[in-house]
Amino acid sequence: MFYREVGQFKTNYTADSQVFPILQDKIGIIAMLVIAYVIIPMAGNDFFITTVMIPFLVFTLATIGLNILVGYTGQLSLGTGAFMGVGAYSCYKLTTIFPDVNIIIMVLLSGFFAAGVGILFGLPSLRIKGFYLAVTTLAAQFFLEWAFIRIPWLYNYNASGAIEVPQRESFGVILTGAAAQPVTRYLVVLSIVLFMTWIASNIIRGRIGRSWMMIRDMDIAAELMGVRPLYAKLSAFAVSSFYCGVAGAMFVFFWLGAAEVESFDINHSFLFLFMAIIGGLGSLIGCYMGAAFIWILPIIIRALPEALGLDVNAATVEHINFMMIGGMIIFFLIVEPHGLARLWQIAKEKLRTWPFPYS
Amino acid sequence: MDILYNILVDPFVQMGSAPDFFLQVLWSGFVAGTLYSLIALGFVLIFKASGVFNFAQGIMVVFAALTLVGLYQAGVPAWGALILTIGAMYVLAWLVERIVLRNLVNQEEIILFMATIGLNYFLIGFGEYVFGGEPKPMIAAELGLPTGSTTFEPFGGIVIIEHLDVAAVIMAIVLVTALAIFFNKTRIGRALRAVADDHQAALSVGISLNQIWVIVWFAAGIVALATGIMWGAKSDVSFALQIVALKALPVLIIGGFTSIPGAIIGGLVIGFGEKLFEIYWGGLLGSGVEGWFAYVIALIFLLFRPQGLFGEKIIERI
Repeated sequence: MFYREVGQFKTNYTADSQVFPILQDKIGIIAMLVIAYVIIPMAGNDFFITTVMIPFLVFTLATIGLNILVGYTGQLSLGTGAFMGVGAYSCYKLTTIFPDVNIIIMVLLSGFFAAGVGILFGLPSLRIKGFYLAVTTLAAQFFLEWAFIRIPWLYNYNASGAIEVPQRESFGVILTGAAAQPVTRYLVVLSIVLFMTWIASNIIRGRIGRSWMMIRDMDIAAELMGVRPLYAKLSAFAVSSFYCGVAGAMFVFFWLGAAEVESFDINHSFLFLFMAIIGGLGSLIGCYMGAAFIWILPIIIRALPEALGLDVNAATVEHINFMMIGGMIIFFLIVEPHGLARLWQIAKEKLRTWPFPYS
Repeated sequence: MDILYNILVDPFVQMGSAPDFFLQVLWSGFVAGTLYSLIALGFVLIFKASGVFNFAQGIMVVFAALTLVGLYQAGVPAWGALILTIGAMYVLAWLVERIVLRNLVNQEEIILFMATIGLNYFLIGFGEYVFGGEPKPMIAAELGLPTGSTTFEPFGGIVIIEHLDVAAVIMAIVLVTALAIFFNKTRIGRALRAVADDHQAALSVGISLNQIWVIVWFAAGIVALATGIMWGAKSDVSFALQIVALKALPVLIIGGFTSIPGAIIGGLVIGFGEKLFEIYWGGLLGSGVEGWFAYVIALIFLLFRPQGLFGEKIIERI
C-alpha cells in the first residue's frame, strides 16, 4: 500500500535505468539526505558526530570496497585493513610532499596507490580461489603491517612511529588537524562517501560490474562467455583497494587524527568482513546497514550499564561486547545468511502488499 | 654486487663458520615446525570431515590451555584439571555442533567459514570474561613434563636442547600416529572418511552426520589442548597465541587442505624456513620478517601448485 510501483510508468530507456526508479524510493532518499546534511549537523552534538557518524561513514566506504571484492566478485579477502593503511600512509606522504594541494584531492589520489598495491596482491587470484586466496590476502596484511613499521620513510622518520595529521585548509575552512570542527569533517566525509557510493552503484550496474558478477557466479562459464578473468579479477581488486585506500585515508585524516600500524591490523580487516556479511554480500545498502549495526551496537552496549545504573567495569563490558558480536554473527548467519539487506528487501515486499497480503 | 654477495654468499659463510649455532637454529626451526604442524592438524581434521574451514582452531588452542590453567589455579590437581579440560572440549564440540553446524547444513562454504569467525570472537570474549586477559604460566612441571635441558658440544661449540622441546616433538609424533590409526583402522575413522568424501552418500548408508561432527570437533579440541600445553609451556598462555595460530594457514597451503602428512611436512617447511630466513637473511630487510615470511612462502607455492604439495587435484566442471 505504501510502497507500490503501480501507475508509475516508464516511457523511455533513461527512466527505466534510473538508480531509484520508484517514486517512494526517491522520496526516501531525499529525506535521508536532508537528515544527513541538515538535521544531523544542526541537532547532533560533537560527541555524536565524532564517535558515531564519522567512523560509521568511513567504515561504510571500506565495507563497500570489501563488498566489491567479496560480494560482487566472490574473491575472499582478509587484507582490508592493510589496504586502508596503504591509503592512509600514501595520503600522509602526499600531503607532506605537496602541502599546498587540496587535501580532498590528496585523499582521493591516495586511493590509486592502494589500488596499485591491491592489483599486486590480487595477481594470485588468477590461479587460485576461495580459502587459498584468503591466505594470500593474509600475506598482504602481514607484509604491509611489517612494512609500515620497518620503512621509516613512510612516517617521515617520526620517533613515535605514528603518522600525525597536519592542519590543512581549503577555501579558508580548516578541514584536518586538531583545529578542524567535527561538523566540517563530517560533511566532507559524508560527501565523499555518498559520491563514491554513487560511482560504485554505477560501476556495478555497468559492463564491468556484470563481468564481476559472472566471475563470482561461475568463473569457468564466464570465461567461456567471453569475460576475461584477468581484467575482471584485477579490476575488482583495483576498485576494491581504491575504495579501501580512500576509506583508510579518511579514517586517519578526518577521524583519528593520528594513527599507528595498530589501526590497520587484522582485527580491523575482520571487522569490515563482518560488516559486509551482516549487511549482506553483494548489496550497497547492506554496507550502510552492516557498518551501522557493527559500529553502533557496541556503543549502545557500552552505554547501557551506565544508563541502567549498573556498576559494571569496562573490561567486562568489552568481553561481553566480543561475545555479543560473535553470537550475533552466528545468529545472523543461521537466521538470514543474506544479511540485513535481505531483511530490508523482505520488509519492502511486505509494505507493498500491506494490508491485503493476498491481493 | 654487495647486495648479491649479502644474499647469496654471506649467509652460507656464516652457517659454515658457526656450525653449532646453525644446528641450534635448525633445532628451533624443527620445534616451531612441529608446533605449527599440530595447529594445522586441527584444521585438517575438521576440514576433511565437514568441509568447514575452522578459523576458531587458534582460539580453541588458547581456550583449552586457559581452561587447564584456570582449573589448576582454582585448586583442582593437575591431572584432574587435564581430564576436566578434555571434558570441556567435548562439551564445546557438542555445543558447536548443536548450535552452529546443525543449523547451517547445506550452506555455502563462506557462510560456514564466517560462522567459525563468529565462534572465534565469542570464545575470545568468553575466555577473557571467565579467565581474565592477562598471560598465565602453563603448569608444565605439574603435568609431569620435563623442564631441564641438555647441552651438546658438536664442532667445539654449544647446542642446547630443551627437554620440553623433545617432549613436544614426541607428543606430535604420538598424536599423528594415533590419528592416522584412528582414521584408517577404526569404524569411526572409516565413517569420517566416508563423510569427507560425500555427505549425502554417507547419510544414505546410515552414518549420523551430527555424531561424526561432534567426534571430529572433539578430536580437534584434543589436538588443540595438546598444542596449547606445548605452546603454553614455551611461552605463557595468552590470547596472542591465536595470531601465531594463523600461521597454520600457510602451513595448510603448502601441505594441502586435506592431507595429514601434508600438514606435518608443511609445518616443518615453514618452521625451518622461517627461522633460517630470520637469522641469516632477516638482517638485510630489518628484523621481524618472521611475521610475514610464512605467508609469502605460501603465496609463492600457490603460484606453482595451487592445490598444495599433497592436496587432491582440483578438477573443475561447469
